[in-house]
Amino acid sequence: MKQQVKYLAELARIALTEQELAGLEQDLEKILDYVSQLEKIETTGVEPTYHVVPMTNVWRQDKVEASLSTEKALANAPERHGNFFKVPRVI
Amino acid sequence: MKFETVIGLEVHVELATASKMFCGCSTSFGAAANSQVCPICLGMPGVLPVVNQEAVQLALKTAVAFHCQIAAVCRFARKSYFYPDLPKNYQISQYEEPLATGGWLEISGQRIRIRRIHLEEDAGKLIHPEQDQTYSLIDFNRTGIPLMEIVTEPDLRSPEAAVEFLQRLRQNLRYLRVSDCSMEEGSLRCDANISVRREGQPGLGVKVEVKNLNSFKSVRKALLFEASRQTRLLIEGKPFRQETRLWNENLGITESMRGKEQAHDYRYFPEPDLVPLRFEAGVTASLKTEVVELPQARRERLIKDYGLSSYEAEVLTAEKEVADYFEEAVRYYPQPRMVANWIMGDLAGLLREKKCAINQQPVTAEMLGELARMVHDGKITMTAAKDVLRETFNTGKHPALVVQERNLVQIDDASAVKTVVDQVIAENPKAWADFLAGTDKAIGFLIGQVMRKTRGRANPRKVEELIRGYRHGK
Repeated sequence: MKQQVKYLAELARIALTEQELAGLEQDLEKILDYVSQLEKIETTGVEPTYHVVPMTNVWRQDKVEASLSTEKALANAPERHGNFFKVPRVI
Repeated sequence: MKFETVIGLEVHVELATASKMFCGCSTSFGAAANSQVCPICLGMPGVLPVVNQEAVQLALKTAVAFHCQIAAVCRFARKSYFYPDLPKNYQISQYEEPLATGGWLEISGQRIRIRRIHLEEDAGKLIHPEQDQTYSLIDFNRTGIPLMEIVTEPDLRSPEAAVEFLQRLRQNLRYLRVSDCSMEEGSLRCDANISVRREGQPGLGVKVEVKNLNSFKSVRKALLFEASRQTRLLIEGKPFRQETRLWNENLGITESMRGKEQAHDYRYFPEPDLVPLRFEAGVTASLKTEVVELPQARRERLIKDYGLSSYEAEVLTAEKEVADYFEEAVRYYPQPRMVANWIMGDLAGLLREKKCAINQQPVTAEMLGELARMVHDGKITMTAAKDVLRETFNTGKHPALVVQERNLVQIDDASAVKTVVDQVIAENPKAWADFLAGTDKAIGFLIGQVMRKTRGRANPRKVEELIRGYRHGK
């Protein structure tokens, strides 16, 4: 279980201390335990509820609408370089 | 021992919509960085994506053209991973319930099966400056452009077959106007799964995914490299693992993407922001009427209806616009092979010279038909016709008008031609003497002089006959 919590934290890019890891391990265990009760219910032939609204084919016409100004788009950028978002090297 | 290469492709195609997959931002290529973005494609909190109906329509059309089964219901899913080109930290894609499955596309008489076709959104464009290696730059204009992924079964048996499949796929998609499929602009991209096995061995060898294939040439080179790399490892008995490798165009090798493997756990789950798409049972039948005649069928028809060679048919059907132009020109002047020659020869040359497409230049199919007719009727010579075509191409003036303005009507009057021939012989005694002495080459010079004096209006064949007749006569 500890390995799994570590793995999930890594996938979610969350840095955890050993203490937090231990706490989350317990929490996760309880959550899984709780959810596992649902697995006892007979669901053969029942369609999964992907959505609570019974709708299909909600779409829009292919029309171009105004975009944000580049200034607005970049307003929350941690850093910018000209009109680009600037991030630590990723390759 | 013989080895066999097994290849499957994952092709990504940017769909030819005006706006993005889930928002109204423009998809046009080449705009200033981050000028075509909005809260939806930037992944701001609290926004709601809405599906672009045209993108769905284009993907459905593709599915029908490639003989796929269209799903009764399909859903979008979130594919989670962290990379700065993806502002939401997930990509909206399709997973367990794609839009279509199980089709095929034929290459050189072989059916290459298509496993699935699904819709998703494109990611942003990253730039990694060379001068400073500490940072990367992001342009999110491409983020959210509708992307169609086409996945084949591992039916391809050589790098050449893989390239042929891609070229045929591109040709078909361009006929369907589903995408412009420009590899330079990145609207057609491809990853390849490749493995090698001993011939006759059941099951597949260890598979490697090759990425970063940006041209048909790099697809071919990367797959040739990878096939020989794997074959060598098999011969040497060295085990290797399933992995993703990047094609390095500069070095001409594939390189392991070590360290990026862990992120392969995408934790797909149904996209809660989008409701499913449901297609009527009759959707395939109604879409069939929208699917134009595709290249293969058109090639076959051009051979059958117009008596073209398979080479001519192949060249003329490479682009739909050229095939359309050909058929229209033949309606004006029903000599298909002559029309084909004009299109594949002089007109193609002019198009290459000016780097323009056949539907972006002033010579209409009617004009070309008229030009071919004037040559055939003996009104103008072939030499003059080539000049007329160039002038029409440059100025848009109708060939009939150019012929009239420049007085290019072929000199029909035999005595008029004879007068010029006599003149040329008198002016060029040395060439004439050479010719009489048996230097056959000299006749070319004499004919050339006659053509020059008549500004191409004499029929060179008749001129030659006349000169030769003189020799025999004297």
